Amino acid sequence: MDAIKIEGLSKRYGDLIAVDGLSLCIKEGELFALLGVNGAGKTTTIKMLSCLTAPTQGDAYLHGNSICKDTAAVKTLIAVSPQETAVARGLSVRENLQLMCGIYGFESDKKTAKIKELTALLDLKEVIEKKAGKLSGGYQRRLSIAMALISEPKILFLDEPTLGLDVLARSDLWDIIRSLKGKVTIVLTTHYMEEAEALCDRIAIMKDGKLLICDTAANIKAVAGTDNFEQAFVQIVKGAGK
Amino acid sequence: MRMLTFANRNAKEIIRDPLTLFFGLGFPLVLILLLSAIQANIPVDLFEIAHLSPGIAVFGLSFMTLFSATLIARDRSSSLLQRLYTTPLTPLDFILGYTLPIIPFAVAQSICCYLVAIILGLEVTVNILGAVLFIIPISVLFIALGLLCGSVLNDKQVGGICGALLTNLSAWLSGTWFDLELVGGVFRKIAYALPFVHAVELERAVIRGSYADIFPHLWWVLGYAAVALLAAVLLFLRQMKKGNAT
Repeated sequence: MDAIKIEGLSKRYGDLIAVDGLSLCIKEGELFALLGVNGAGKTTTIKMLSCLTAPTQGDAYLHGNSICKDTAAVKTLIAVSPQETAVARGLSVRENLQLMCGIYGFESDKKTAKIKELTALLDLKEVIEKKAGKLSGGYQRRLSIAMALISEPKILFLDEPTLGLDVLARSDLWDIIRSLKGKVTIVLTTHYMEEAEALCDRIAIMKDGKLLICDTAANIKAVAGTDNFEQAFVQIVKGAGK
Repeated sequence: MRMLTFANRNAKEIIRDPLTLFFGLGFPLVLILLLSAIQANIPVDLFEIAHLSPGIAVFGLSFMTLFSATLIARDRSSSLLQRLYTTPLTPLDFILGYTLPIIPFAVAQSICCYLVAIILGLEVTVNILGAVLFIIPISVLFIALGLLCGSVLNDKQVGGICGALLTNLSAWLSGTWFDLELVGGVFRKIAYALPFVHAVELERAVIRGSYADIFPHLWWVLGYAAVALLAAVLLFLRQMKKGNAT
């Protein structure tokens, strides 16, 4: 079953076309990457799919709900971990999680259980009482993802989840993302080729708002005629410019 | 419930900022003590405690503008608002969630201000209670100005516009530091076309117990508060629809 069905989605800002007639489907439980250089349209696509900005043209259906007409229903299905670390810096890790539980209207018992579950899953126990603003970048990203998972979303959008993290923090976060595979449909944007190749079931490469290719990493390499995914990416993106 | 959770978070963020306590509660008290000391040495009618304390109580509210604007601007720059836009929180939840937690601060600030004024010789009457109550609509005006600024400016711009410009404007144009009649002319006309002097005159009338004199000042304050709040809501909704948290 398709978790996300995108049909001719476009976004225009004045003369700039940020996303140009994007159409693709993402299966339920799939870990899907949107890959591209700066200005490719990845973040704009996520913003449209998460009802943060309205498309200029086209539509997308998340579990059958239109992002244009059924925004309230879509918001109950999704969660977003934005590019910047979107945490309340003056609150502790526990209070940040309590904030999200409260916003989703959880009862006390469910709130306690959910916080326990997510602190274990994201390995946040040792920093649970620390203020979010005092955490390292890696822990802030983990907290950001934990906050996104509070609502038990069916679709999770991760916008550049490992941007700016060191190698170890990135590796830890990859393990966490892998652990979510199959349980929730994940759409992540990234600049890192190895991240998309290592984690994702399928990868869509975008340039100038257009979809260039959407397939598994292995098939993308085969199409480009190389064993190296980064080279395949460069060939496809440069080839599109000719 | 959702709105209260969000409001509770905003209250915590404000309380935990030490600058808030200093500027919000401490700075107006320093001013009232300083100007009363000047008054003790060189008596000036303007700085008599019954005349001065309402002005300081209103001036202190300009920091509420700074707090609300800074809170929203920081939430926008950290993308926290972008995350919250994707939750079931409604636009009304956001506006009330940012506004309500600051009102108790404004009331606490005015209570501190009038308590110090009592120590400095302000006569204890029931009118002080009235003055604290009338701080509430005035504080809504100042908080709405903060919502408005925070919805369009980044956190650095907020520091400049609300922290420097607005606090100075609300001070100069309020008739607290100098008598506007002495300046007269266009300056006086501008001051009386803006709400700050009306807020001070309103508080002074209440402290005097001249409740008939609260008009038309109360209408000016309520009118500006309504316009500022409406503009803030519209600008906030515009930002929300654009999805452009930053």
